[in-house]
Amino acid sequence: MREITIGQFYPADSVLHRLDPRVKLVGTFAFLVSLFVGSGIVAYAIATVFLAIVIKLSKVPFKMIMKGLKAIIIVLLITVSFNLFLTDGEIIFKLGFLKITKEGVSIAFFMALRLIYLVIGASLMTLTTTPNDLTDGLESVLGPLKKIKVPVHEIAMMMSIALRFIPILMEETDRIMKAQKARGADFESGNLIDKAKAMVPLLVPLFISAFRRANDLAMAMEARCYRGGEGRTKMKPLHYEQRDRNAYMILVAYLVIMIVAGRIF
Amino acid sequence: MSIKLENVNFTYSPTTAYEIHALKNINLEIRDGEFIGLIGHTGSGKSTLVQHLNGLMKATSGTIYYNGENIYAEGYSMKDLRSKVGLVFQYPEHQLFEVDVLADVCFGPKNQGLSKEEAEERAKRALSMVGLREKYYKQSPFELSGGQKRRVAIAGVLAMEPDVLILDEPTAGLDPKGRDEILEQIKKLHEENHITIILVSHSMEDVAKYVGRIIVMNQGEAMFDGTPKEVFSHYKELEQVGLAAPQVTYIMNALAEKGFGVSTDATTIEEATEEIFRVYQKRQVR
Amino acid sequence: MIKAKNVVYEYQKYDEEGNVCETKRAVDGVELDVKKGDFVAILGHNGSGKSTLAKHINALLLPNDGEVWVAGMNTKEEAHVWDIRQSAGMVFQNPDNQIIGTVVEEDVGFGPENMGVPTEEIWTRVEEALKAVGMYKYRKHSPNRLSGGQKQRVAIAGVVAMHPQCIILDEPTAMLDPNGRKEVIRAVRALNIVEDMTVLLITHYMEEVVHADKVIVMDEGKVVMQGTPKEIFSRVEELKAYRLDVPQVTLLAYELKKKGLPLSDGILTIEELVNELCQLN
Repeated sequence: MREITIGQFYPADSVLHRLDPRVKLVGTFAFLVSLFVGSGIVAYAIATVFLAIVIKLSKVPFKMIMKGLKAIIIVLLITVSFNLFLTDGEIIFKLGFLKITKEGVSIAFFMALRLIYLVIGASLMTLTTTPNDLTDGLESVLGPLKKIKVPVHEIAMMMSIALRFIPILMEETDRIMKAQKARGADFESGNLIDKAKAMVPLLVPLFISAFRRANDLAMAMEARCYRGGEGRTKMKPLHYEQRDRNAYMILVAYLVIMIVAGRIF
Repeated sequence: MSIKLENVNFTYSPTTAYEIHALKNINLEIRDGEFIGLIGHTGSGKSTLVQHLNGLMKATSGTIYYNGENIYAEGYSMKDLRSKVGLVFQYPEHQLFEVDVLADVCFGPKNQGLSKEEAEERAKRALSMVGLREKYYKQSPFELSGGQKRRVAIAGVLAMEPDVLILDEPTAGLDPKGRDEILEQIKKLHEENHITIILVSHSMEDVAKYVGRIIVMNQGEAMFDGTPKEVFSHYKELEQVGLAAPQVTYIMNALAEKGFGVSTDATTIEEATEEIFRVYQKRQVR
Repeated sequence: MIKAKNVVYEYQKYDEEGNVCETKRAVDGVELDVKKGDFVAILGHNGSGKSTLAKHINALLLPNDGEVWVAGMNTKEEAHVWDIRQSAGMVFQNPDNQIIGTVVEEDVGFGPENMGVPTEEIWTRVEEALKAVGMYKYRKHSPNRLSGGQKQRVAIAGVVAMHPQCIILDEPTAMLDPNGRKEVIRAVRALNIVEDMTVLLITHYMEEVVHADKVIVMDEGKVVMQGTPKEIFSRVEELKAYRLDVPQVTLLAYELKKKGLPLSDGILTIEELVNELCQLN
């Protein structure tokens, strides 16, 4: 579980770390769009160069970024094999009912690349943005949705509370697990049903504790005058710097190039 | 039976930047029928140490013998060890999960492979050992008071009939009333049921009142190991590492320094009263 | 500053069908008068009603009968709720369950943010509050990496940054080790002495109330004893009857007195006892 990079923050001092979270959110979205509008070898070569530069700028070790891919290996294999074997076209290899076509190879290759780049892009955002900045950015980017009654502030608050309590609940899980082991509980052996049953002594106390914490926290928040997003000021308001404006320009330029590259080649 | 630790070391996340040497060369023997107080502040290694005694954590190096058998030997059953060396964690009521008190206490014995009847018999015995009355057996454990919940949780470990019972801060978060009741109950377990007890605590006052031997942990090392009198005679060193002897020790030492001829080894109020009164009478006569 | 008049709070226990089977009186006719700048301690064992009473002062609970005033505002008037919560800040028992921010300084800023304080002022308030509890150098840390005592000091700073007139601490040390307890009590005393903050400390640790101006003992929802620490601690038998602890020095002096040594009542410190003993004959 600790292997998953998405959602983790890697502290470093880089241009990417200093960018406004809104730029990074929009940028990630733009990159995602670019992977779908741009197709063909040239467009992907441009995307690769773009990604390589961003990784270099982020000062995050390449190893850390690759770790995020571990989580999607299975999804990746399934997608690749579906596209590889189920695409009709010019057959280049055949074994029984399995056939691989030229088109299949090409689609599978680009599909895999698209997925990998997507995950790398998303991990890069979370690796370079603190959870708080991320929720602040999200609240601000999604701000317009408030007009159609989407509780944007509440969603952002929930996200940031979740981020605060995940490590606490992980620790708690560990503690309860040990306590039940001391009472002879066995979480490892047995078949799937046995294992599921063995989780009851773990899950019940965990839920009770989570509810107690939620209750305590709600009272503490109320005692500190929390009454929703109305009339709240911000300790760390977001505001754009010159580098953020530059980043937006680069993004627009990149998107245009990708669209053009996808059309021409 | 005895537990013997030989050169036990434990390191968290070895060879990384977060490396912490939590236990350093621990050599200890815990003999049958002892009542031991294990003292040290948060992060001193005391919780890590007790989790080694029942095999929940494995030493990075060194050996632990239970009744002369190496617990790290191949084929040694950790499950059996855990029922022999019962460990009650801090805030044990946070592990309760069953619909009623009796069923919860049965969890341990059932894991040992006992039948429902045997398990219930043991559970009832354990519940009476912690002084919980029968009218609570069919109640939900979540409806009990804090002190009662804790008793149920302790019974949950006692029902496995361990020879050694380790309690990690059994009085944390209880009020003075609840604290005294639990400590008295533990004392009874030691005296009447002849269970070896290891009491992990921050409170010197509590420990001085009950235990026969104190082990002080500091930065992963066993700093002192002896009777309360011996250990508290080092009250100045204890203070340097952020621990304090009971107030009584300070009073007796302050008196002795000022020439009020008392001996300084009293560790409880009763002993101190006797000693001061003895000196006072002697002075009156003179 | 805080006034309570004949406060009664009852809650109902329900059986499995959802019918009321029992009405419990958690607070039963309590009178309270806390002056500005006072350090008042409330003692009592679990279930004595002390925490329920505390929640009334912050308008988290409203009395069934009687009235509570904070800085001249009646807690029953809904219009004042947020002003009352701002003037009477509250710190709870479990430090983990009251820290909202994932960075220390952001947590301390949470209260002022809710109150609509302008950004620049939030920063000065956060800085002052963290300095007042001695946690300024940890401002960029994650609360998860702090010790219990440090977390509780952050929680106190979170309340101090709201600029309350009074701070209520509901068993703030119950889950801490002795070092953490000392840290927290030291921080609270500093707030009382240096910032002249009114303090209401709820606890069951006797050694924490020795420095209070006034001690109130609660049992079964009622105030059963009140007075200066010295007055309270001279009534050892009564305290024992309420199953409360007495500091070892006080207890020792009491036992010696019973044996006929002419010592004064309510000895609270080691120096007092040693001096008195040495002056005998």
